[in-house]
Amino acid sequence: MSSILVQVIVGGLLLGAVYALFSSGLTLIWGMMNIVNFAHGDFVMLGMYVAYVVWALFGAGPAIGVPVAALLLATLGIIVYFALIRSIMKGPMLAQILGTFGLALLLRYSAFWWFGANYLSLPENIVGGTFDVYGIRIQASRLLAGVVALAVTGGLHILLTRTTLGSKMLAVAEDSSAAQLMGIRPDSMQAIAWAIAAGVTGIAGALIATFFYVVPTVGETLGIVAFVTVSLGGFGSVPGALVAGLLIGVIESLSAYWIGAVYKDIVVYSLFLCFLWFRPQGLMGKS
Amino acid sequence: MRRLLWPSVALALVIAYPLLFSTPFQQRLGALVLLYAIAASAWNIVGGYAGQVSVGHVVFFGCGAYAAMGAYAHFAWSPLVGIPVGIVVSVAIAAVIGVPTLRLSGHYFSMATIAVAELVRLIVSNTDYLGAGVGLSGPTVPRNVFDLSFISALPYYYLFLTVLVVTLGITWWMADSRMGFYLRAIRDSERAARSLGAPASRVKLYAFMLSAGLTSVAGTLYATMFGFVDPDSGFGILISVKMLIMAALGGAGLLFGPLVGAAILVPLEEISNNLLGGKGAGLTFVVYGAIIVLIARFQPGGILTLIKRVADKRGRRSENTGATGATHAP
Repeated sequence: MSSILVQVIVGGLLLGAVYALFSSGLTLIWGMMNIVNFAHGDFVMLGMYVAYVVWALFGAGPAIGVPVAALLLATLGIIVYFALIRSIMKGPMLAQILGTFGLALLLRYSAFWWFGANYLSLPENIVGGTFDVYGIRIQASRLLAGVVALAVTGGLHILLTRTTLGSKMLAVAEDSSAAQLMGIRPDSMQAIAWAIAAGVTGIAGALIATFFYVVPTVGETLGIVAFVTVSLGGFGSVPGALVAGLLIGVIESLSAYWIGAVYKDIVVYSLFLCFLWFRPQGLMGKS
Repeated sequence: MRRLLWPSVALALVIAYPLLFSTPFQQRLGALVLLYAIAASAWNIVGGYAGQVSVGHVVFFGCGAYAAMGAYAHFAWSPLVGIPVGIVVSVAIAAVIGVPTLRLSGHYFSMATIAVAELVRLIVSNTDYLGAGVGLSGPTVPRNVFDLSFISALPYYYLFLTVLVVTLGITWWMADSRMGFYLRAIRDSERAARSLGAPASRVKLYAFMLSAGLTSVAGTLYATMFGFVDPDSGFGILISVKMLIMAALGGAGLLFGPLVGAAILVPLEEISNNLLGGKGAGLTFVVYGAIIVLIARFQPGGILTLIKRVADKRGRRSENTGATGATHAP
């Protein structure tokens, strides 16, 4: 294998780890409450703007930007849960889809109104330059993003499977009235799930901002990537989202390298539709 | 006869509107309201009656628009050719998306339609035959009446009105047929409908295909009025959003819901664009987003449902006051 091909694949894996991170938030909410957050990509977009604003105001890099974005987005998640989701999740399907879809528009065009349609970006060397490993060139910012994203996704999986909080959340997902009889309050568990799901989009967004331009409409593409990842990985499965995210990152990079950058989204979306035709339960789901 | 009084008055007003309000701006506004009402009514068949929320209806709109402009640009045919061509292509695409996704829960359908809309927009933006990023134009100077190229908005107004009446007629007929009953049963509880023998997947697919075909006609009409189409005006996701929000605001699943929604939102958008210029575009969609969230949160049935509920309550109250003497009333 040529070193360029290896470089493309490594780049894809690093990007895919970030996809996996924000998609795991979507899959958590979906698995737990059977709600699709159509604003998920726009949450990531907000995370990117938070990182940008933190840099523009204080000159701080991702060491400050990532935790600030995580906190702000987690707060937003809790607000969204109590103000909107709690009441629409009992309503008809139309209300569920309209609710989060309207939220997506509201966030996207508020950003557009506030920041304008210009492409903003953090300085290229905010994380350090590029370095060579055995002839493979890797940008430090992408490496940092990939590694942090992998760590957080892994942490989320451990949180959900190995801790009391995780067990409580899974209990609510399984049967919320039974969980209530066991003394678990579904409301607070679901609010925590929204905080986590939105928090990880904040982390992912702040990481992406270190190597990608920031623009209000970026959330649309990222939202679709999250859908593809989640339906590929199976609903409610964080490990599934991780595998699918990495896979999509690699597929995107390879198709950008072989066919051309314009076609990478076309390839991913077509793949998504093929999956809906032939394996709607996802790679890891049971039929 | 009294039942027909108000509808006839409303219809008379709609027919007389461009004569009563005859400035070019007002006539154009009226035509646009009707055009969006056609698209939103078409969306309403699958989104309202069947309860399957398509966010990618712009695909069909774009097919109709591109078929019309393509027929002129490549073959010098009348843009009217776009109507049959657009319908055929749209119905075929609807079948391709609908067959796999309508078997699954409603969320899948919404996600798949978004993905298809983006996919088609990207493909069209990179296809030279379809004008790539620039788009296609219609006849600059009309050769004959079949080019549907008029300076005044008046002919468009009556053309759109005719198509809207046909669309609403089809919707009404469908809602009143066996299919309409199936669709409403499926929307309320698909599992219950299936267990009672409703062919859910098939009926949903038919509704989707019917809706796709009608949306395509709206796209063709749009392209003839504006004389050109590009990837954003033909396949931009915001056009789907407009159909969806107009139907939901007026009342999804109600015959006149989309028309009411269009009559509120189109003037709002045109006026805010006129007042604020290009800067207003972002703000308009902030307001749109807020309206959608508020409808979903407080009144998923839309304005017409709200009015109906208030009217019912008032009617019941007046009945009660009339019946104070009857102590044995239940």
